[in-house]
Amino acid sequence: MTSEPILEAHELVKRFGDFEAVKGVSFTILRGETFGFLGPNGAGKTSTMRMISAVSQPSSGTLTILGLDPSAHGPEIRGRLGVVPQEDTLELELSVRQNLEMFGRYFDLSRDILRARASELLEFAQLSDRANDKVDDLSGGMKRRLTIARALINQPELLILDEPTTGLDPQARHLLWERLYRLKRDGVTQIITTHYMDEAEQLCDRLVVMDHGTIVAEGPPRELIAQHSTREVVELRFDTDSPGEIHSRLTPFAQRVEVLPDRVLLYVDAGDDTLREIHEVGIVPASALVRRSSLEDVFLHLTGRTLVD
Amino acid sequence: MSNTLDVSLGWPRWRRSWWYHATYYAQTWRGSVASTVLFPIFYLAALGVGVGHLVNAHTGLVQGQTYIHFIAPSLLATTTMQLGESESLWPVLAAIKWIRTYHAAVATPLEPEDILYGKLTWVVTRALATGVVYTIVIGSFGALQSWWSLTLPLIGALITLAFAAPLVAFAATAQSDGSFTTIYRFGFVPMFLFSATFFPVSAYPGYLRPVVQFVPLYHGVALARAAAFGAGSFSAIIFHLAFLVVMAVAGVAWGRHTMRRRLVD
Repeated sequence: MTSEPILEAHELVKRFGDFEAVKGVSFTILRGETFGFLGPNGAGKTSTMRMISAVSQPSSGTLTILGLDPSAHGPEIRGRLGVVPQEDTLELELSVRQNLEMFGRYFDLSRDILRARASELLEFAQLSDRANDKVDDLSGGMKRRLTIARALINQPELLILDEPTTGLDPQARHLLWERLYRLKRDGVTQIITTHYMDEAEQLCDRLVVMDHGTIVAEGPPRELIAQHSTREVVELRFDTDSPGEIHSRLTPFAQRVEVLPDRVLLYVDAGDDTLREIHEVGIVPASALVRRSSLEDVFLHLTGRTLVD
Repeated sequence: MSNTLDVSLGWPRWRRSWWYHATYYAQTWRGSVASTVLFPIFYLAALGVGVGHLVNAHTGLVQGQTYIHFIAPSLLATTTMQLGESESLWPVLAAIKWIRTYHAAVATPLEPEDILYGKLTWVVTRALATGVVYTIVIGSFGALQSWWSLTLPLIGALITLAFAAPLVAFAATAQSDGSFTTIYRFGFVPMFLFSATFFPVSAYPGYLRPVVQFVPLYHGVALARAAAFGAGSFSAIIFHLAFLVVMAVAGVAWGRHTMRRRLVD
């Protein structure tokens, strides 16, 4: 992997009237890497995606995509990007192959090139045997793969995927991940937003966590876990209605204690040791589980557990 | 870039959007062609021959024309208006909000204006084709009396654009299709009936006659009649033309604004 930047954002702001959706974010994405954007709904991810897709203009800040300024070279930049939107946005009345070939028109590709590209992409998306079926008849996973194939029609250098696997079953997700790996091997830089932490851990070389329009953490998944969480987490359940009292008794045993309505989480380095210590002082949980810290712990720690609607 | 296909950025880009519509239509045209040919024949047979029989028996000629000849050019005007409206409200809101294909398009080299121009030029293309078919059908009923009739497809295209442009612009501001039904009910249906379509302006009460001058379709109907019969004053024709051109130009300007605001802001 070279370390040449493919996209640089400095203090990007996006305002809609009085509302500031993105409040000054800076990041650099390198050619060949897979870069993730995590964050709860309303964190400013979609607005950021639209800016780095050279679709909407930043209200302020500077943005360089493929070495170009999107405010002056939007069409040129977009000709070298692939975008997979949250919704599939396919022509349901047309066939799988027609969807690919028609979309290629937007890039001014010739019929011959499109026919060849469409066949390659149908193979890639494992849709060759459905080429002549109407898109309306496809399963959700097939539509998603077709949308990704469509985004590749112009052989983009940078692929931007907004929640690529939301709503898919595990088989469909794993197939999609495998295809995205293959693209990564071919050198396609990828930017991904997702609500699935396992997906981010699997796919992303580096990621940022956004909350309320700002970036609250940045780094490779493992580093973020090391930095913002402990090595292990002990999950305890108690048959009691007064978790507050338990909280104070558990505090000495962990770096951080989090009391949830249904369980208590202890953030520690060695979970089994902690469990033994707790037993020794006579605290007996109804059930106990020791697991490794995950990106989800980091995410919830950074962005809070309050539901954003 | 060596791994990138040759993605040329030749001007004008909107022709790619036109191509998209044309390709789409090529896959789905079958239903609309039958109705394009059959509808004017049914219409002229029912109203022109049927109702016309009564009118001719009681009133005689209308502005020097038999009734079927009088209403035949207005058929071209109402049909091209309907083409402009039917292509511009629901399909545009669907492409923005429901199927979101316009959002997919602005993620390609196209700009919102390219999508607008591609859409409008495509609708105008269809209007020209429809205009040719209608001119032939109208001619076969003997209603064409002047070489100016050859401009009927162009007049039809202008009428389509005069309606399509502002309606696309409006559809790009809509959050739901509720207002579309209102536009149909209280806009297009009365306009279809009361634009001197089926009876001359002289049949209106005196106080309503000036009002008709502000009904957009009236100008299209008047132009179509002037071309078919080779009649009408020069100043009146210029006024009719200007009215429709202003609608089209204003609609395009408004559409550039609303499409951009809806798709890329």
